Amino acid sequence: MSIRAPRKGENYELSVDLNSEYRDKRKDAIKRVIASMTVGKDVSGLFPDVLKNMQTEDLEQKKLVYLYLMNYAKTQPELVILAVNTFVKDSEDPNPLVRALAIRTMGCLRAEKIIDYLCDPLQRSLKDENPYVRKTAALCVAKLYDLKPELVIDNGFLEQLHEMISDSNPMVVANTVAALTDIHTAATSNSTPAASGDPAIFVITSNILNKLLIALNECSEWGRVAILNALARYTAQDDKESEHICERVVPQFQHVNGSVVLAAVKVIMIHMRGVRREDLVKQLIRKMAPPLVTLLSSPPEVQWVALRNINLLLQKRSDLLSNEMRVFFCKYNDPLYVKVEKLDIMVRLASENNVDALLSELKEYASEVDVDFVRKSIKAIGQTAIKIDNAAERCVNVLLELIGTRVSYVVQEAVVVMKDIFRKYPSTYEGVIPTLCANLEELDEPEAKASLIWIIGEYADKIDNADELLGIYVDSFIEESYQVQLQTLTAVVKLFLKKPDSSQGVVQRVLTTATKDCDSPDVRDRAYIYWRLLSTDPGAAKAVVLAHRPPISIPRTTVSPALLEELLGEISSLASVYHKPAETFVGHGRVGADSVQRKGPDLSDDRFSAQKALQTVVAGQQAENLLDFDDAPAQDDRPSGLAATQILPSTPAAANFLSGTSANPLDDLVSIFGGMGTAGGGGGLAGNGLDGLASPSAALPPTTLAPSLSTSPVSVQKPQEDLLGLF
Amino acid sequence: AFFVFNQKGEVLISRLYRTDFKRSIADVFRIQVVSNSDVRSPIITLGSTSFFHVRVNNLYVVAVTKTNANAALVFEYCYRFISIAKSYFGKVDEESVKNNFTLIYELIDEINDFGYPQNSEIDTLKTYITTESIVSTAIAAEESSKITTQATGVTSWRRGDVKYKKNEAFVDVIETVNLSMSAKGTILRADVDGHIQMRAYLSGTPECKFGLNDKLVIDKNERGGISDAVELDDCRFHQCVRLNEFDSSRTISFIPPDGEFELMRYRSTSNVKLPLRIIPTVNEIGTSQVSYVVTVKASFSNKLSATSVVLRIPTPLNTTGVECKVASGKAKYVPAENVVVWKIPRIQGGQECTFTATADLTSTTVRQVWARPPIDVDFQVLMFTASGLIVRFLKVFEKSNYHSIKWVRYLTKASGTYQIRVSPRTDAHIMMSDPRLRSFEG
Repeated sequence: MSIRAPRKGENYELSVDLNSEYRDKRKDAIKRVIASMTVGKDVSGLFPDVLKNMQTEDLEQKKLVYLYLMNYAKTQPELVILAVNTFVKDSEDPNPLVRALAIRTMGCLRAEKIIDYLCDPLQRSLKDENPYVRKTAALCVAKLYDLKPELVIDNGFLEQLHEMISDSNPMVVANTVAALTDIHTAATSNSTPAASGDPAIFVITSNILNKLLIALNECSEWGRVAILNALARYTAQDDKESEHICERVVPQFQHVNGSVVLAAVKVIMIHMRGVRREDLVKQLIRKMAPPLVTLLSSPPEVQWVALRNINLLLQKRSDLLSNEMRVFFCKYNDPLYVKVEKLDIMVRLASENNVDALLSELKEYASEVDVDFVRKSIKAIGQTAIKIDNAAERCVNVLLELIGTRVSYVVQEAVVVMKDIFRKYPSTYEGVIPTLCANLEELDEPEAKASLIWIIGEYADKIDNADELLGIYVDSFIEESYQVQLQTLTAVVKLFLKKPDSSQGVVQRVLTTATKDCDSPDVRDRAYIYWRLLSTDPGAAKAVVLAHRPPISIPRTTVSPALLEELLGEISSLASVYHKPAETFVGHGRVGADSVQRKGPDLSDDRFSAQKALQTVVAGQQAENLLDFDDAPAQDDRPSGLAATQILPSTPAAANFLSGTSANPLDDLVSIFGGMGTAGGGGGLAGNGLDGLASPSAALPPTTLAPSLSTSPVSVQKPQEDLLGLF
Repeated sequence: AFFVFNQKGEVLISRLYRTDFKRSIADVFRIQVVSNSDVRSPIITLGSTSFFHVRVNNLYVVAVTKTNANAALVFEYCYRFISIAKSYFGKVDEESVKNNFTLIYELIDEINDFGYPQNSEIDTLKTYITTESIVSTAIAAEESSKITTQATGVTSWRRGDVKYKKNEAFVDVIETVNLSMSAKGTILRADVDGHIQMRAYLSGTPECKFGLNDKLVIDKNERGGISDAVELDDCRFHQCVRLNEFDSSRTISFIPPDGEFELMRYRSTSNVKLPLRIIPTVNEIGTSQVSYVVTVKASFSNKLSATSVVLRIPTPLNTTGVECKVASGKAKYVPAENVVVWKIPRIQGGQECTFTATADLTSTTVRQVWARPPIDVDFQVLMFTASGLIVRFLKVFEKSNYHSIKWVRYLTKASGTYQIRVSPRTDAHIMMSDPRLRSFEG
């Protein structure tokens, strides 16, 4: 834009009107300027003209001019200086609304040049007799800190804020707490670790605690959230104090604002750790349930946030809502994201008492239209079957009915789920197999195909025409996806081991195709190993391929215990909604392994940090266990490389793996097979494993797993190379 | 940052609070959410920026943050913004936002400072943010200092100097019944969302005490074997109610705001009296016809009546026409929504109405999946509460000891939440009524 604006066009007209002698016309022009500003037109050229209208008796006009200033102060810092006088004058206006307005706006200007002029008026406002001005000034300190921290510290504003916690007005207290917390987070999130003597650190003493507890019952709903958040950060001295906090916070459950309720839940969950009296804990949990359920009648977005948090709470306290499953039944017009979350919670709440109602509900959902939701419902049926042994048969019946509908995606999902049920209850529901095989031709998704092939391979001795069925896939071997190829390979070998006389040809064919024409190294490697095994020692082949598999189970938690504790401390925040630690999405967008490690020791609330390293490894274990759940079953019995053998037999996952290792009779083969498994597992982890799982815990493990995986290939490389060398 | 977008993704209102955002962030939202037809979550995080959005009419209300923000608070705030906007200019849509944008900016700045929500009490806001412009003079200064004390005070919801010639208080108990019933008539879920709306026109600073049924059980687990008691699973109060007192002695005492407000919200799941019973029979006759027989029974006292009863009965997607026969009310097939709408202006207690219809279907080569939506019923019943809740007393104490008149009204209604599932009887479905599956439903 040229220095002199052209003498025509919209901006010129506006500038004429802004300088008009009539007040109405000027005001109208300001409104139009703001309107253009909102749609994104550049009206910064009018800055001097707008500025002239700043000094006015009309409050509305003043606000509009201020709004304009806030938007363009950054681009026109020299001109803003002109406005300073008016601001300072306004900050001494007899009208408290004007005083507050001036302070609020000055804080939002964000121009370096004006900041220095801000300190004096701010100093005055912090001591203003009017609480409205004081509460605005308190937040202004936070704004200033955001811009120029030194200035806040030098002027002693922090000390003043600390004094203001004892203010007689609850709203001022709430805003002061909000400001101090804001400054605290800004100071601690800096790359340089903040020294403990840093005045910006907001330490809550028991003295402050009492003031906060008093203010809590009197301030506005948003103030309550700020105070509750501060209470959550407090470390109680002893169990008496924890009890006291809990008792004072519990009434907030009855607040109409959902965010207050969730903030109260957070405080209780944190301070309950310190409560020793069992009956009080029970009582607190009991009082927590109804308000959580009530949140389900809020607008869908709030409902969703609540559901995500309920999911977390249930992982910690599975008894929380044990009798309330019905309220989680989906309504027809719930948005999809709410339905999916409800589904997950319903499975969590499933027990022998309510499983019938749950199943009839899930069956209903499976006939809805949204493909995604239908699939998830079917998956939920499978999870229920695995979770509750007594209900498995009923689940299988429901699945059979669903397969009877012959809707393509329903059938495919049901087949995948059936595979899991077979894993959990081997040789129990063999009667189902003919029905599954009848749908062979309808399957077109790799996962469904792979599942069916696995089932056929597993029960090859009971299926008369297994060789025919597998033959179909052997014929189209090259066109199939790797997942299906791997499964076909294993299934055919299983078939051969079980019925050697009838399947000699098939196995020869598949091994030749896999080693010669296949371009996936995984498939080729596996084929070579099988071939070698079969040609040297069929007994060993049997031990490896037909080895006993550890039964699968539904993990009770989707995140590691340490992470769960951390997330419970952040209830209703984004982190708790995503079930991920905040570092993964705040800051530079992504988190590297080193920053996780760095974060580990200096976590503010690090009573768990000692366990943390250990726990993340366990999380990794669980993730691997989960991978097995969805991954190619043939890999399941692998003693998972190095990681598994080193780590804690105390965790069930590790125990499984360890027992798997010792059960294996051929120790020398284990090392080869283990190596193979790790290589395959590594591929799975990077590729299909993650998206197949879609479990939030997967977000953490990759970073922590990386070291264990990166070491194993080194040791594994050798045998593999040797093997390849043989051919 | 806070934005309001229209349906096309144009920015109507934008207010940035922190330095970490530029205006261009609005474009990101437009591309990622507005023009994306498959948005499956109200929060979207891209890199380290999270977008929270709420849709209202043809608008998007959006909050943007780079921190680990309090998601529940953000959504509550968005909804509060919407309700404030509603009370200021009636409806919230693109037109009203465009016409009132200066007012909206004023409001946003008052209810939110630096990303922290401040005062959002509509009644208080209205005292100093008005549609007419205020001129700040010396006299106004005194007035505004009063306003500011109120805005920050302990009773931020009430002015001290209210005067009425006639002191009146109206209490409306409004209950919304949520029902989902299976096709076989089993109640899957029945609960009541109630709220007590109060309109207080009382002088001075009155102290109110509110009493509900004698046999009221508020905490389920406290129940001492009374079976006919009204049980509330949970209740929540307006911020004027002293939560401490309620927690310790179960009394509801408060200083009410002036005018209309929601005193209490509650939820009840036990002993829910369903005012209307719907018995649907749907038969698929071959592939070309579906026949319906739907009976509505009013199961409340014959002194009362249900009004504006509307049943929405879904039809298959390939319906060409529906022939309806009704004894009372009017029924009409609405092809655009694939439903038959049956409107009955009034059903007396104890009465029964029946609807019979046949829907003709075109033969399609590909059988489209019909989601079989439930039958949806809307209605209102005056002077009836599904939970059985009764207001026993409302006591008003004031220094001047004036006489006050109180009125109580009850209303039970349903809109979009009273659903009866349908499963058409065909050969394929006979298998589903497996005796093992049914046993638990009896």
